[in-house]
Amino acid sequence: MFESEFFQTYVVPPLWMLGQSVLLLVVLLIGVAYILYADRKIFAAVQMRRGPNVVGPWGLLQSFADLTKFVLKEPIVPAGANKGVFLMAPLVAGVLALSAWAVVPIADGWAVADPNLGLLFVFAISSLEVYGIIMGGWASNSKYPFLAALRSAAQMVSYEVSIGFVIITVLLCVGSLNLTDVVNAQRDGLGTMMGAPNSLLDWHWLALFPMFIVFFISAIAETNRPPFDLPEAESELVAGHMVEYSSTPFLLFFLGEFVAICLMCALTTLLFLGGWLPPVDIAPFNWIHGSVWFVLKGLLVFFCMAMVRSIVPRYRYDQLMRLGWKVFLPLSLFMVFLTAFVLQLMGWA
Amino acid sequence: MSVIALFFYLFATITVASAFMVIAARNPVHSVLFLILAFFNASGLFMLMGAEFLALILIVVYVGAVAVLFLFVVMMLDVDFAELREGFLQYLPIGGIIAAIMAIELVLVLGSYSLDAETARVAVQPIPDMAETSNIKALGDLLYTRYIFFFQLAGMVLLVAMVGAIVLTLSHRPDVKRQNIADQVARDPNDAVTLRGVKSGEGI
Repeated sequence: MFESEFFQTYVVPPLWMLGQSVLLLVVLLIGVAYILYADRKIFAAVQMRRGPNVVGPWGLLQSFADLTKFVLKEPIVPAGANKGVFLMAPLVAGVLALSAWAVVPIADGWAVADPNLGLLFVFAISSLEVYGIIMGGWASNSKYPFLAALRSAAQMVSYEVSIGFVIITVLLCVGSLNLTDVVNAQRDGLGTMMGAPNSLLDWHWLALFPMFIVFFISAIAETNRPPFDLPEAESELVAGHMVEYSSTPFLLFFLGEFVAICLMCALTTLLFLGGWLPPVDIAPFNWIHGSVWFVLKGLLVFFCMAMVRSIVPRYRYDQLMRLGWKVFLPLSLFMVFLTAFVLQLMGWA
Repeated sequence: MSVIALFFYLFATITVASAFMVIAARNPVHSVLFLILAFFNASGLFMLMGAEFLALILIVVYVGAVAVLFLFVVMMLDVDFAELREGFLQYLPIGGIIAAIMAIELVLVLGSYSLDAETARVAVQPIPDMAETSNIKALGDLLYTRYIFFFQLAGMVLLVAMVGAIVLTLSHRPDVKRQNIADQVARDPNDAVTLRGVKSGEGI
C-alpha cells in the first residue's frame, strides 16, 4: 500500500509539507517573541530606560508572560459590533501574515514552497494585510477604529504602488520572480565586474541604491510601523483599529503585525541584501551556513526599523500621502525606466 | 487528475455561492466581503488552469486595490437598506424575466460553441509550450509585440481618465494655508532666529 502511486503523490508530500510548516511556524513564533523583546529593549535604550527586565533573566521571558496574559483574559465583543466580521478580522490579519512565509527561502532550498512567482505571491499577500485592519475597524462599530480603518486603507494602497515598482526593478535585473533566483542573481554584480570576489558589493542594495531606501521606507509604511503608524496613532486615535479588541483577538492582531514586519525584513534581505549569501565569499565567512547569514541580515534590517521608530517623530497624514504619491511614485517610475534603459543599453538583460 | 477535479469543484462552488451572497447579503459591507471571497476563488480557478500570473495579478489588483477602495466607499455610505429593499417584490417579476432571457441566451450561444482543434496551430502567435517558457513571458510576448497598439491605447485611456478625475477634484483655494516642503527645508537658522544678549532688568 505504501508504494502505491496515490500514496506517493497525495499523502507523503502533504505530510512532509505539514511537518515543514509546523517547524517554520514554531521557529517563526519564537523568533517573533524575541523580535518583540528586542524592539522594546532598543526603544528603551534610545530613551535611556531599561525596558522589560523583570520576567526571567534580563526580562527574556517577557513576551511569553504577555502571551499568557493575553490568552487568559476574557475576550470582550462590544454590543454594537458586527460579531462575525469582528472576530474574523484578527484571524485574517494573523493568518495572512503567516501564510506569506511559506515561500520565503531561508537558505538555498530551505523553503516550504518555492513557486515560480514567489515574489508576486508575497506581494499579493502583503497587499491583503490591509483587510484585517479595515474589517476590524468597521466591525468594531466605534469611531476611533473606523477612522483607523479609513486611514490604513488609503495608506497601504498608496505605499503598495511604490513597493510594486521596486519589485519591478528587481524583476528587470533578475529576469525571474522566483525568490531563489532573485538571491542567486546577486552572486555576481557590480563588485565582480570591477574584479572583486563575490561579495556584498554584488548585492542589489548598491546597484539599485535609491530603490533600496524606497523599499525600506515603504515597508515601514506598509506594516504601519512608526513613524507611519497612523492607523493606531496613540495620541490621536487611542489605539486605532485595536481599541475594542481584548485578549486573544488582540494578540492575533499584534502577532500579525509583527510577523508582517519580520516578513518585510526578510523580503528586504532577499531583494537587496543577498539573502543567504555570505558578505564576502572567502574562507571563514562561507563556512557559516546560509540560514545564519539570512537571520543576521534580517535582524540588521529590523534594528534599522527599530531605530527609525525610536528616532523619527510620527508623520502627519498629508505628509505621508505626499511622500508616497509625489516623491516615491515618480522616483520609482523613473528608476524602472532607467533600469530597463541601462540593462538594454549595456546588453545585460 | 481526481484531486484537481476535487479542487475545481470546491473553488467553483464557493465562487458561485459567494457570488450569490453578494446580491443576497443584507449588509452591503458583507456583500463586498463576499465579492472578495469570490475573487479569491476565481483566482484559485486560474491557478488550477496553470495561469498563475493571472491568478496572482487578480489578487493584487482586484482584491488588494480595487476591492479595498470599494470597501472604503461602501463603509462610509449611510443608507437605510431596509427602505431600499421595500420595492423588491414589485420589481422581482421584471428582473426575473430579464435574468432568465440572459441566461437562455448565454446557454444558446455558449452551448454550441467549441474551440476549433486547428486554432492552436493556425493562430497568429502559436501558444508556446508552458514547459519551456513561463506565464509572464508568454503573455508579454503577445502583449508587447502583436497587441502593442491596443496596449498603449488602453494605457492612454486610463491616463485620460486619471487626468480627468484630478482636474475635476483639484481646487486651489487661496484662503487655505499650504505647506511648501522645499521652503521649509531651505530655511536657515541664521535668518529665522537671532540671539541677543539681554541684560537683566533692562530689556531690549
